[in-house]
Amino acid sequence: MKKQLLSPLSEKQVRQLKVCDVVSITGQMVTARDKAYARALELLRTGKRLPLYLRGGIVYHSGPLAIKNKNGWNILSAGPTTSARLDSMQAEFIERTGVRALVGKGGLSEDTAGALARLGCVYLAFTGGAGVLAGQAIKEVQKIFWRDLGDAEALWVLRVQDFGPLVVAVDTFGNNLYASKIRLMKATDGSGSRRNDTTRNGRHRHP
Amino acid sequence: MLSETEFRRTIVEMLRRAATTLPKDVIEALEKCRRRERDKVAILQFECMLKNLELARKLSAPICQDTGTPIFFVKLGNDLKLDFDPIAGLRKAVKEATLSIPLRANLVDPLSRVNTKTNVGDGMPAVHIELVRGKRLQIDLLVKGAGAENWSRLYMLRPSEGELIERAVLLTIGEAGGQPCPPTIVGVGIGGSTEVACLLAKKALLRPLDEPNKDMQLARLEHRFTRAANELGIGPMGLGGKTTVLGVHIEKASCHTASLPVAINLQCWAARRASAKLVGDRMRVGVP
Repeated sequence: MKKQLLSPLSEKQVRQLKVCDVVSITGQMVTARDKAYARALELLRTGKRLPLYLRGGIVYHSGPLAIKNKNGWNILSAGPTTSARLDSMQAEFIERTGVRALVGKGGLSEDTAGALARLGCVYLAFTGGAGVLAGQAIKEVQKIFWRDLGDAEALWVLRVQDFGPLVVAVDTFGNNLYASKIRLMKATDGSGSRRNDTTRNGRHRHP
Repeated sequence: MLSETEFRRTIVEMLRRAATTLPKDVIEALEKCRRRERDKVAILQFECMLKNLELARKLSAPICQDTGTPIFFVKLGNDLKLDFDPIAGLRKAVKEATLSIPLRANLVDPLSRVNTKTNVGDGMPAVHIELVRGKRLQIDLLVKGAGAENWSRLYMLRPSEGELIERAVLLTIGEAGGQPCPPTIVGVGIGGSTEVACLLAKKALLRPLDEPNKDMQLARLEHRFTRAANELGIGPMGLGGKTTVLGVHIEKASCHTASLPVAINLQCWAARRASAKLVGDRMRVGVP
């Protein structure tokens, strides 16, 4: 059964979600990726404010493809991007903004998953590549901030209805659907590192 | 003689078809793998993929918002006369397609990270031209999103370590986990020099999934690697399941007696490609 989540979310609400639960989102969702994360942290670290209030909010790792016509923006395709690219900024971003859910694809590092549990935030997986399906649930582009970063990197404030299906992939109990796959890999061939270190010190890593 | 207008129109049409529809062999592979899954989360991922493909086709909208960077493989006949520069034509066509389809502007300067806004920039889109005999002109297009391309690997193995090729492939797939949007197609280039191995790995992605390798030894390796990869349990989108890859495609080239290069290139499940060839003085876009 698919559970409806209405934004904004409370800590109590997200702490009830468990991995493998299937949910959908109705309400507001804001896109953010690499450049937006970096700028947001830069502002918050120096005591400045973001152009929008994110406490209890839902952040969507996505760079939409949209066209503007006379009635406003028309979203053509807006699936999720790889969340792990944001790993090094993720915990601090959640702590400083107070967001309660991240929507993305591909998973998070184990460290970040641990931070999510501590901070009371869940990770919801949307099927990567399913851009049109995602676009269908986006009913309105309410505002776009930081377009100077490039449209794919800007903050798109979206009104969504029944956005999903989303799978709870990291919950606040320390469960991480992706990590269980790593453990399986370790068991099968002794490797399991997720670090992207093929060329560490300029040398190719030996398999 | 082929006109530049016709040439550009063809390239735009190839880019449109690739962005909005998947080749038949890929759709069939996705459907087949979905029937094999028992896990409800895995089945849900396949359902979303297939539903998305139907919507994209119906609305003629790009399957994925990451419309990638186009990679062109051109077979150019040495007797073919053209009164225009095909590379300039390709670049113009990519600009046109970016506006008309539209495609997301993905290309940036590697250091300043400033977007070119046209999907055309220094040395990109990639165009690999192969000179062939006669008056042929064939163009194959591969659309590569960053999620999968970022997990490309090049290993320079020791010549005595042939058995490590499989390990290198599985390590790449395992480390990538859910990030390259599995189930992926895995291109493997064995031998050659560094750039030859990388190009072979990418070219291997052009071969349809229902076309086994003509080399029996490579066909056996492909089969073995595919089975081993699907044992990893990474599953569709990394959420667990029996399908981690749709297939492994291997190409090889001779190499230095002291070398064993192995390049690996992943393609996401939205394995977008298109092709066109010259027939008379018109270009025909192949049904993917």
